[in-house]
Amino acid sequence: MSEQYVLETRNLVKEFKGFVAVDDVNLKVQKGHIHALIGPNGAGKTTVFNLLTKFLIPTRGQILFKGQDITTLKSAAIARQGIVRSFQISAVFPHMTALENIRVALQTFEGTSFSFWKSGNSLHKLNQRCMELLDAVGLAEFANTTTVELAYGRKRALELATTLAMEPELLLLDEPTQGMGSEDVDRVVELVRKAAEGRTVLMVEHNLSVVSKLCDRITVLAQGAVLTEGDYAAVSADPKVREVYMGSDGSGERGTTADSEQSEAAQ
Amino acid sequence: MSQSVNSADIHKAIVQEQAVQDRKKLILNGVLLLILLAAPLMIYPVFLMKILCFALFAVAFNLLFGFTGLLSFGHAAFLATGGYTTGYLLSNYSGLTTEMGIIAGTLAATLLGTGFALLSIRRQGIYFAMVTLALAQLVFFFFVQSGFTGGEDGMHGIPRGELLGFINLENNMNMYYFVLTVFIVCYLLVQRVVSSPFGQVLKAIKQNEPRAVSLGYNVDRYKVLAFVISAALAGLAGSMKSVVFQLASLNDAHWHMSGEVILMTLVGGMGTLLGPVVGATFVVNIEYQLSQGALRDWVDPILGGIFVLTVLAFRSGIVGEVQKFVKKNMG
Repeated sequence: MSEQYVLETRNLVKEFKGFVAVDDVNLKVQKGHIHALIGPNGAGKTTVFNLLTKFLIPTRGQILFKGQDITTLKSAAIARQGIVRSFQISAVFPHMTALENIRVALQTFEGTSFSFWKSGNSLHKLNQRCMELLDAVGLAEFANTTTVELAYGRKRALELATTLAMEPELLLLDEPTQGMGSEDVDRVVELVRKAAEGRTVLMVEHNLSVVSKLCDRITVLAQGAVLTEGDYAAVSADPKVREVYMGSDGSGERGTTADSEQSEAAQ
Repeated sequence: MSQSVNSADIHKAIVQEQAVQDRKKLILNGVLLLILLAAPLMIYPVFLMKILCFALFAVAFNLLFGFTGLLSFGHAAFLATGGYTTGYLLSNYSGLTTEMGIIAGTLAATLLGTGFALLSIRRQGIYFAMVTLALAQLVFFFFVQSGFTGGEDGMHGIPRGELLGFINLENNMNMYYFVLTVFIVCYLLVQRVVSSPFGQVLKAIKQNEPRAVSLGYNVDRYKVLAFVISAALAGLAGSMKSVVFQLASLNDAHWHMSGEVILMTLVGGMGTLLGPVVGATFVVNIEYQLSQGALRDWVDPILGGIFVLTVLAFRSGIVGEVQKFVKKNMG
């Protein structure tokens, strides 16, 4: 039964000094799915990501990966198990070339990363795989370009290629299209679709058209708790979902009071 | 299909460019080596040795600061521990040859460095700097209080002895070429470390630590190893220095010294291999020139001014600025 779900959280809670950022979240991500996590600003989507990858420590609850409890593992160990995340702001190594960016990821599995006496040339054997990965995201010609000089959309593509170099079983993407123009968005949608072949993806995404194009299943978070879950048609028809999205814009009375209470509590 | 042929070409071009760069570096290193070999014929060897010891100290510091992104404010502790340990052993055990004393000093600094690293590595930025400063102050007071260091008077008359039991180091030329050899080996070691697989991970950690974590790197362990290597080389610099001057004093343990090595590294160019060497040469020279003239009471303010100027206007230091200039006008 649990084999069907790559990732499962049980009663996951994160409290910051009396403010509940993630409230009793039970998430089940089915193998092979592209699963979206949506919700208004401050709903706790990124916090959930940080909990899953241990950039934050859960206050309570359990995290299971392929049926195994990984709640107590550290960030680096989780990455090596096959859960690799991307970040909201593009996470690249700015003063390394595009090729070196990817090579650092491949190096994780080489077992020579502590070998301070070894020649850097020992890494050349990874270059071919790097070029394949760069080619796959259309960056081959920028292999020797210092990353800081790449355009924003290309940085995000590079980040995705770096993440894929880890051959993750579960890919966590935190707003992959954030801050992009519409052409770049279409490219990223294609890249994510390609990347998702044979993998499971959990993504936070604001752009609902991206979600509708890509995702098999959607979980809506509001104020730290799961509001509803289902496929795009079901979720978008749900009146509760409409209400939280409108409410967070400041029109709904209930939402506004709850928001201000929360921000006071957070301070 | 055509694309993958293309990417193979691109890759070939990258490797070739790398080879050209490597050859340029080799030529530059060769020229520097010739200068260093000939230098004692023209310049007083003890002065040159002082520069080399400080250059090694700065190179060690820069491995941590420039290449790993960790600002330690306690490196004086390693310099002093190396110096005192070597000085004490060579003064009290006449059976020891000089290199044994130096190795022992280096090991002592390595051990101390491991302790420092384990205690401080989980802190970041200013907190890391403060923890290392506090630990170094503890070491300073230990050296002030313990009898074997001679306290405020320092440790005098450390015998230079004989290298391997047969090369007389009382001779300044012999001593110079020994110091030069050690310096070159350490410089090449750091060059190797920086370009090694380990060095790549350090670069990644420096540039984006959360990303390095998310790629499965246990970053604290890499930082500890970088710290320990840096402390070991700083200790070696201190050991050599105590043999050269036959003196180990509290100056080396004082936090001024931790500040001075930051100054050398920044003025020369942090994160470049040659930067700390140039910076150490520059600072030692300025200090010497000033102390000879009418401005001898103004050494610290002048160095302070240079420091401010570097941070405000020449952030990449002497070597960094030259590199930029060359790239702009010849690239």
